[in-house]
Amino acid sequence: MIVVLLVLVGIVVVVLLAVVAIYNGLIRLRNQVKNAWAQIDVQLKRRHDLIPNLMETVKGYMVHERETLENVTKARTMATQASGAAQAGQAEGMLSQALGRLFAVAENYPDLKANQNFLALQEELTSTENKIGFARQFYNDQVMRLNNKIQMFPSNIVAGAFNFKQEEFFEIEVQAERAAPQVSF
Amino acid sequence: MLLLLAALGFVIGEAAARGAGVLGLGIAIIVWIVMSLVAYYQGDQIFLAIHGARRITHDDHPQLFNIVEEMQIAAGLPKTPDVYIMNDMALNAFATGRDPNKAAVAVTAGLLQRLNRDQLQGVIAHEFSHIVNRDVLYMSMVGIMVGAIVMISEIFLRGLWYSGGARSRRYSSSSKGGGQVQAIMMVVAIVLAILAPLLAYLIYFAVSRRREYLADSNAALLTRYPEGLASALEVLAGDTHVLVGANKATAPMYIINPLHKPGQMALNLTGTHPPIEERIRILRGIGGNVSYAQYQNSWRQVSGKSAGMLPASALRAATTAQIREPHPQALAAQDARQQFRDAGDLMRKVNQFVFLPCACGLRIKLPPDFKKDRVECPRCHRELSVPVAEAAAASQVAAELPPGLVPDLPTAQPVSKEPPLQITHTGGWMTLRCSCGRTINLAPSCEAHQIDCRNCGRTININYANA
Repeated sequence: MIVVLLVLVGIVVVVLLAVVAIYNGLIRLRNQVKNAWAQIDVQLKRRHDLIPNLMETVKGYMVHERETLENVTKARTMATQASGAAQAGQAEGMLSQALGRLFAVAENYPDLKANQNFLALQEELTSTENKIGFARQFYNDQVMRLNNKIQMFPSNIVAGAFNFKQEEFFEIEVQAERAAPQVSF
Repeated sequence: MLLLLAALGFVIGEAAARGAGVLGLGIAIIVWIVMSLVAYYQGDQIFLAIHGARRITHDDHPQLFNIVEEMQIAAGLPKTPDVYIMNDMALNAFATGRDPNKAAVAVTAGLLQRLNRDQLQGVIAHEFSHIVNRDVLYMSMVGIMVGAIVMISEIFLRGLWYSGGARSRRYSSSSKGGGQVQAIMMVVAIVLAILAPLLAYLIYFAVSRRREYLADSNAALLTRYPEGLASALEVLAGDTHVLVGANKATAPMYIINPLHKPGQMALNLTGTHPPIEERIRILRGIGGNVSYAQYQNSWRQVSGKSAGMLPASALRAATTAQIREPHPQALAAQDARQQFRDAGDLMRKVNQFVFLPCACGLRIKLPPDFKKDRVECPRCHRELSVPVAEAAAASQVAAELPPGLVPDLPTAQPVSKEPPLQITHTGGWMTLRCSCGRTINLAPSCEAHQIDCRNCGRTININYANA
């Protein structure tokens, strides 16, 4: 009788320990996801802060490109108001696209390309975009690990009991526009 | 390696005097511990000092600094490593620091002059991989052991050379049996003292080459763009400069072997780095996605071996990433001359050169130990007064102030009293008329606040306020 009792107690203790370990693992992963998102957020904010400076520099040179400039401003406003990973991803994708077009058009303005301020801003913006890319990869890796834990047995039982939610991936959607280059002879 | 060192210490001690083997062992271990401690705590500083590396900030070279920050995010390092540049025309880079929190990367000025953004990123990623994999610590420990083995062998062999005769006479006069054991020990010690350093070197080189492959594969994964590192290595391979201050012990820290001279056959057994052409071919052989497994496959194809080369732990971490597009700036033809000048100016700035703008538009760079108070412009032959001593410090401050706030620099000439006639043309050109009647044209790039009239020698103040 005592043996059976001891075995039962032993099983309960082992199960409890396992639950604690799984719970702690889930909390650690969730914090890592949060931290990774904070890193992305820092870079996104930096990008949004750089764009008004860029507009100010470019305005004087690109008087005939109103539409391109307005697109960037519009995309920036949308991106600053976006909430949640999915929505932010979409808005940031549009912003990347608008900026890409702006830099492509800038190639036609030799004066602008010689402007030190413009060159510095271009470097900062491309670097920020790279940093977003690298931070995104890190974030998505963490999200995948968390989601796997939440879905897989036996951690899914603990996750369900303590109401852990799956996180969204952060994907920046950029429709690859590859128009054939115009050749004129 | 440690075993080799211990055996060497023991046998040499035993050969010198019977029973002193333990003492020899003790000395070997103490030598090793002292050297390790020095390398552990001071290694990075010593290393940076050998090269005269200067620490730079974001404003000195934004691109390099941004790339380092990008790689820090990609590698998930807690802190941005310090960035140093070395005043050297050779193309090379190295990483140092005992752990990721105290890491530093250094690149040569030559590298900044020759590489585009993607290539620079590849090189920095390679150095970051060394940091993340703790290769710096790993290789310095192995390197110290090699150094200790070589040192002890050298001391023993040289000691034998100079005192061999006297010692053998003394031992033969003591006990006969002991002398025999001693003689055997002596032979073993000599053989070991000759072989041990060779063996140690071979182990060291083999370890070093493996870490290089690992760093290459990791760099490809971090940047998601193997072509960046591959093309950077191509540029580096064609370089003929030799890095000053590099030596055998520190060679594995660099991106390419700093001691390798072009045209010299890369011997497979004694290279700290794999042959550069092979590294390029492996990186270019990665198709589709980047991952450690892909790199290993490519390595197998290039080397024709079927064995594994990367550590199993790296292969287990099955991370894959899609190859990204090249950076648009890397594709655009870059102004090589401008990049060359920028890197040169950066080097002079961190080395406390004084920039003296001449009226003709030339910027004269004066070294910090320039003693004369006047210098002739090499282009227009104007005499310019050099802001000496405390004025040198003032001109440093002046360079950071907006124009108009610059304090007048001391001159030897009397400043002309009458306000000169000054007209600013479109495009920034400026015409001055001196009171002697001579007109002086100033290029838009002129930053000087005073010039000397070449006709009468008066010093004329240039007023930028109404320009």
